[in-house]
Amino acid sequence: MEAAAGGGCGSGPPLLLSEGEQQCYSELFARCAGAAGGGPGSGPPEAARAVPGAVTAAAGPVADLFRASQLPAETLHQITELCGAKRVGYFGPTQFYIALKLIAAAQSGLPVRIESLKCELPLPRFMMSKTDADTRFGNPAELHGAKVQIPYLITEKNTFKRMDDEDKQETQSPTMSPLASPPSSPPHYQRVPLSHGYSKLRSSTEQMHPAPYEARQPLVQPEGPSSGAAGAKPPRHQASLIRSFSVEREPHDNNSNYPDEPWRITEEQREYYVNQFRSLQPDPSSFISGSVAKNFFTKSKLSIPELSYIWELSDADCDGALTLPEFCAAFHLIVARKNGYPLPEGLPPTLQPEYLQAAFPKPKRECTLFDSYSESMPANQQPRDLNRMEKLSIKDMADFPVPAQDVTSDDKQEQNKTRLEQNKIRLALKSTVDEALPKDMSEDPATSKDSNSLKARPRSRSYSSTSIEEAMKRGEDPPTPPPRPQKTHSRASSLDLNKVFQPSVPATKSGLLPPPPALPPRPCPSQISHHNVNSECSAQPRPPTQLPNYGDFRLQKQSEQASEAEIHPQLNRAPSQAADSSPTKKDIPYSQPPSKPIRRKFRPENPAPENQEPSSTVGGPASAVTGKPHTAVQKQSSKQKKAIQTAIRKNKEANAVLARLNSELQQQLKEVHQERIALENQLEQLRPVTVL
Amino acid sequence: MAVCVAVIAKENYPLYIRSIPTENELKFHYMVHTSLDVVDEKISAMGKALVDQRELYLGLLYPTEDYKVYGYVTNSKVKFVMVVDSSNTALRDNEIRSMFRKLHNSYTDVMCNPFYNPGDRIQSRAFDSMVTSMMIQVLSRAPCCRAGEALWA
Repeated sequence: MEAAAGGGCGSGPPLLLSEGEQQCYSELFARCAGAAGGGPGSGPPEAARAVPGAVTAAAGPVADLFRASQLPAETLHQITELCGAKRVGYFGPTQFYIALKLIAAAQSGLPVRIESLKCELPLPRFMMSKTDADTRFGNPAELHGAKVQIPYLITEKNTFKRMDDEDKQETQSPTMSPLASPPSSPPHYQRVPLSHGYSKLRSSTEQMHPAPYEARQPLVQPEGPSSGAAGAKPPRHQASLIRSFSVEREPHDNNSNYPDEPWRITEEQREYYVNQFRSLQPDPSSFISGSVAKNFFTKSKLSIPELSYIWELSDADCDGALTLPEFCAAFHLIVARKNGYPLPEGLPPTLQPEYLQAAFPKPKRECTLFDSYSESMPANQQPRDLNRMEKLSIKDMADFPVPAQDVTSDDKQEQNKTRLEQNKIRLALKSTVDEALPKDMSEDPATSKDSNSLKARPRSRSYSSTSIEEAMKRGEDPPTPPPRPQKTHSRASSLDLNKVFQPSVPATKSGLLPPPPALPPRPCPSQISHHNVNSECSAQPRPPTQLPNYGDFRLQKQSEQASEAEIHPQLNRAPSQAADSSPTKKDIPYSQPPSKPIRRKFRPENPAPENQEPSSTVGGPASAVTGKPHTAVQKQSSKQKKAIQTAIRKNKEANAVLARLNSELQQQLKEVHQERIALENQLEQLRPVTVL
Repeated sequence: MAVCVAVIAKENYPLYIRSIPTENELKFHYMVHTSLDVVDEKISAMGKALVDQRELYLGLLYPTEDYKVYGYVTNSKVKFVMVVDSSNTALRDNEIRSMFRKLHNSYTDVMCNPFYNPGDRIQSRAFDSMVTSMMIQVLSRAPCCRAGEALWA
């Protein structure tokens, strides 16, 4: 440092800085330089402003820093002149250090002279705006709402008072202690955007450990005006966010290139969001529809315009549905808003869906990620990976010093190795995350192009009930209601239509009947009648007639074969009668309508004579019948009557059954009508803009 | 390019109307209002055919001395009306079409938002920024237009 200071300074006096001073000055310089040159996402400060290749501190933050030293303006002018900045036109490292030393001199009452530089001086004191996280933590009850809106200046004043005390401590204590306490902090602070928020985080977290870490709090970072009030708030809110969510601190906060700390989702927050997602939608890889999400987020009691804006931010592909990363982003924004943090103009990079998916893969994917990392990393880091995975769920307050100590510089691996003995497990956490995120960054460009494709994706995922536009465009009808007929079938099956229709209406009447496999059923009624008749037949000689026109299908199946058997006797009777033609003629008048039975009779007629011994009952009537055609006629008429009566009875039964069925179906129809009306009403309500 | 952009609901009340504030806004609001008649005329004229066949872009509704008014209607009878400065002579038809398409896409995005109830005023910031981008082009391009088309070819 000294050599650099001496060498870099062209015409200035050789500058001797103690180690503490060196550290402090380099930090401050880095901050000024970084604050000037770094915007969001910038890495190590590369403020090569006026002089390419040289690191300079821009005038703005430097001026603020100087003003913060509370020296009168003319003193500051003197200092600026003396240090050579005015001469060379910029604040190089040398000039900056000289200036700081002169400030220290002035603050301790020494005249502003070059000679003062040679003295042993305390560190310059700057009234920095300290995070009011301290005050916040002092009053946990005031975490939300109004406290947050406190203007920047007021908090500055608060912190200033604290600063005074701490400064005195600082000056009293050896210069080394507070500044040197985190040995790795200088490299850390080189990342200004991070340090800005992160140091606040650290200081806020350190508040939790008042005793040992009190001394660190005076290590206030000069808040460059670059971040401004909005910048001050996010860390505050971040702190409150952390507070509200868990005790666990964010171990990976310092690892990213993104300065927007409050927009990072911690592991625990992530788990919480994922659980909420699962409660709404069991499948983590699927979407939450718009209406479901709307109901859910409305519970957060934010105003509708704000919720609408949050949705706009988080639904990256504008499809009216939220995937898991989109949902996490939305939830995080809502939480941030609830804690008072103003909503950003655009979706922060850490909340982009691609980033969220990359940084927080699903648990199984996480394992694979770490497996791949373990392959790439040296073997001695593998146990760290495993430790990392084990420690993921641990709420470890002891992680605090790790962020404080940890590094974001490129040589972090070496540093980790050196600290392996000190803090193996904690560093495992850090290092793996460190390596995880840079890889995530590299993934991001690859996945960023997906955003375009997402936008270009046809809006086929719109499930929102209010997205009329989508429905119109697709020209879809509302999804048809679930098929009702199933119920009717199920109901009908309770009626057992099979049973209903078998014994029911003769084929002439009902079209409901499954067309019987042609003809066999037809003779059933005759067969039934024959059965009934047969009982009488045994007593009486059997008339050869049958009444096939009254179709009784009750005994359809069982009697199919028997019907044929019955046909045979009839046929047998027919040929056995006097005239072959006469029975046909007799048959014809009786069985005019169903010609099929006649056909049927004729068909088996040929083989019929061969099957003359079907059964004894058949044989009985056959033999009995042969004798007397005229008595057969009389008996035919009586049998006819009985057959007719039975047929009538059966028809009535069938009627009753059908009437019942009809009434039930009517009822179902009414219900369906009502449902339809209800749905149409709903449709009317939900869609005020109707299509013409 | 637009001097005034308006989104009119089916019931002919405005969902969103914005004009370049440099001039008298009332004049633009009135122009949009009167253009609705022309829109209805065009719709009914084309409406003999099936809705599907009807084109969404209505084209030039009517020209005045200083301004031209273009119209576009969606399938749900939401109308977009755009008032363009007549001095932008080089404004081609397909550019107007592309602007309407952008409007339509942004409107669709707004509709996707479940917190937006159809019929409400459009308060989406993304929509606002899109319209601003369309309107800002007028301010930046107007001098170029007068200078010639080549400047923004």
